[in-house]
Amino acid sequence: MEFKKLSILVFALAFSWGMLPAQDHGHEQDDHGVETEQHDEHGGEAGHGSHDEGDYDPVGTVMGHIADANEFHVWKGVHIPLPLILYAPGQGWTTGLSSMFEHGHTAVDGYVLNHGRVNRVADPSFPKGEVHIEGITHKTEKAGEKDKDVYYAIHEGREYRLDPPSTVDGGFLGGGITSFYDFSITKNVFTMILAALLLIWLFSAVARGYEKNIHKAPSGIQSFIEVFFVFIRDEVTKPMIGPKHYERFQPFIMTLFFFILFCNLLGLVPFFPGSANVTGNLAVTLTLAVFTFLVVNLNGKKDYWEHVFWMPGIPAWVKVILTPVEVLSLFIKPFSLMIRLFANISAGHIIILSLIGLVFLFGDNGRSVGGAAGGAVIGGLFTAFMNLIELLVAFLQAFIFAILTASYIGAAVEEHHHHEEEAREGAH
Amino acid sequence: MTEVLFLADFSVIKPDPGLIFWTALIFILVWFVLGRMAFRPIQNALKQRERDIQNALDEARKARQEMANLKAENEELLKQAQEERVKILKEAKEARDTIIHEAREKAKADAHKIVENAKHEIENQRMAAVVDLKNQIGLLSIEIAEKVLRRQLEDKQGQEKFVKSLVDDIKLG
Repeated sequence: MEFKKLSILVFALAFSWGMLPAQDHGHEQDDHGVETEQHDEHGGEAGHGSHDEGDYDPVGTVMGHIADANEFHVWKGVHIPLPLILYAPGQGWTTGLSSMFEHGHTAVDGYVLNHGRVNRVADPSFPKGEVHIEGITHKTEKAGEKDKDVYYAIHEGREYRLDPPSTVDGGFLGGGITSFYDFSITKNVFTMILAALLLIWLFSAVARGYEKNIHKAPSGIQSFIEVFFVFIRDEVTKPMIGPKHYERFQPFIMTLFFFILFCNLLGLVPFFPGSANVTGNLAVTLTLAVFTFLVVNLNGKKDYWEHVFWMPGIPAWVKVILTPVEVLSLFIKPFSLMIRLFANISAGHIIILSLIGLVFLFGDNGRSVGGAAGGAVIGGLFTAFMNLIELLVAFLQAFIFAILTASYIGAAVEEHHHHEEEAREGAH
Repeated sequence: MTEVLFLADFSVIKPDPGLIFWTALIFILVWFVLGRMAFRPIQNALKQRERDIQNALDEARKARQEMANLKAENEELLKQAQEERVKILKEAKEARDTIIHEAREKAKADAHKIVENAKHEIENQRMAAVVDLKNQIGLLSIEIAEKVLRRQLEDKQGQEKFVKSLVDDIKLG
């Protein structure tokens, strides 16, 4: 059993670059033809250099594709709009569809679509209502020590500074609270809702099977899903949490496993309604990790807290060192869950997008058809291979998140009396 | 420069409160709905089925055990019956022997008795015959004697002679 666990973890680490083929090849360049790009130091910023001007920017393209967006990019010029729910303090709620922005040509109540994401003009002098935008421009500004990318919307010849949506990283990761909050059904939210509906549809069919086939052998989709259920029960919750408590946590672990799995798999689909980098977004994995943290610590027994704050059976001076370590580990455990899932899935998307990008790099922005063909062959083969690995990673990361959560819960609900008694008996 | 650009555009590491809100909401919904609608019923159904299977297995084992017991019992009964038969046969034989023996003994005794009786009867008959003969002889003797006497009495001298001879015959003592 111990070896099996270890080998699974080693295996997972070996494939620490998960990958998803985010989008299809066709839309490497965003179709913001209206943008009047300021070609300062970096030519072609964030994948929005148009075909005729600016070279293909692999980093910008990849980053653009793994990012969340307020619309689904199907192919060049074709977008599926998504609902908007925006809140700006002082201005209140704004709702609508992302198609109302006409991909950056129109501003509505100060909101503008910039590279698929809603931005807001903070300047109160900017006119309300629907306003035509001549373009969006990009500058790099010095913000203290760091350089900061800033976008401007051009309206009637004047530049208005655009605020990106607020993020809760406190400015450490380049974000921060800005003038508005985006609660829209973004690409990621849409994919999560889809995954949720698929799960509910699937499991209601399975549950019906159990009602129908009572006292009978399972059939159809019921027997397919039963394998997963029994696997999670017998290999994850029962051994990790223990036979006494596992039943209580089975729904949570199952939900985690299937929710992550479905989001991973939907992210593997390279076209609508897939392609969203859901579990490769830190906000999503952060939320899941917080759930794990809450479930683990709200169910902590006396023994668990004793082991955290005053580890029994060791000298007092070691306890003084150990207690801060244990307290830190309370937070490091879910933190590692958050980073692991995020990094695996994001890295997977990045690798596949990079391999696809070879077509454009070798093709020298369409000037070399032979190079593009070579890139297509090499990139295609590698992408096919990476997709297979990614399929494995999709399952593996869902499984690892579930099994580690189960083991943390197991540590929290475990009662140590038996071991101590045994140890005492052994000592005598 | 490129590094800065990379970080600046690496938006997936900047947690969006909207995304956090929706993730939490959707996850809680999925957790609640699936837990209520699927996971608990499935868990119970699986447990029920496992119990059923275990019961069936237990029952089969019990039935097998009972069968074995029954077989052993039958064999025991058969053995007992056989023993009984042997015993009965033995007893019957013994009874037969006894009966035959007794019958033989009785027959012997009867025969003996019959013979005895016959002997006795014969003896009796013989005695009777003898007595009868004696009586006849007596009567005959008396008759003869009477005749002889009658004739003798006619001769006085002869009488006295005879009486005298009779008296001589009687020896006293």
